[in-house]
Amino acid sequence: MKRQLLKIKAYASIANNRVSLNDGIVFSEEKNDLSAFLKQAYKSLDTNYSKFFKMDALSKLGFLAADIILKSTQKEPDLERNTALVFSNSASSLDTDRKHQKSIQDKDNYFPSPAVFVYTLPNICLGEISIKHKLYSENSFFIFNHINTGYLFDYANNLILSNKADEVLCGWVNCDGEDYEAFVYLVSTEGTIPHTKEEILKLYNIK
Amino acid sequence: MSELKQELKEKIITQLNLEDIAIEEIADNDPLFGDGLGLDSIDALELIVMLDKDYGIKLTDPKEGKKIFESIEIMAAYISEHRSK
Repeated sequence: MKRQLLKIKAYASIANNRVSLNDGIVFSEEKNDLSAFLKQAYKSLDTNYSKFFKMDALSKLGFLAADIILKSTQKEPDLERNTALVFSNSASSLDTDRKHQKSIQDKDNYFPSPAVFVYTLPNICLGEISIKHKLYSENSFFIFNHINTGYLFDYANNLILSNKADEVLCGWVNCDGEDYEAFVYLVSTEGTIPHTKEEILKLYNIK
Repeated sequence: MSELKQELKEKIITQLNLEDIAIEEIADNDPLFGDGLGLDSIDALELIVMLDKDYGIKLTDPKEGKKIFESIEIMAAYISEHRSK
């Protein structure tokens, strides 16, 4: 049965000033704040996407984590892939929403920046991943109190078993000030790690 | 005028998050949109806010921006003529 064959093909994380792909660290920088760290990671990982700098920190985190997995698993450049995106976090874009609120709070100095409320929001993160990697597939962003391995597991299984997607990139991306984490993994029929709730949690906890 | 042009280049890079671009790379007559700096419609809105916030110029019709934001040269000339701060 196809369900039993589903695997985790690759996984990546960004946390504690480190960017990891599978069991290896691909970038680390101990001294920088989040903004500088993400900029250095972007350059070091040869991400090459000019809109990156327009995104908020949440979108940058999700975008970078997704990019290193999608690049590492791309079989042929420019080949269209049917990879769905199922991301999640605990507070949507609250960090950026606060910044926007601050910019409109003072009625005498009311200058809401369009960039703050346009290049933000979880759907921008998913949208920019889709644009860069030419994904025309389904994408969803859910809000949970904590990483919901059961929901992500079921959703990814359903997408593949119903032939809506060949692979599913699942993610948990949170950002509030300097408190941040990103964890993404690719569910596929290929790979060596069994796609189970226990394995997802295990990989999340070692990030 | 040259100071204003330099100031505009700095503001555009900072406020529009063009972190891959250096001030020296923006020539006074380079087109800001399309094939030039590649700014988009959100950047145009950002520039309208900047005109209001930093120079006291209110553009009531966003279409005006198309002409004003053609290049640093044209932008600086417009600001010099219309600024209230």
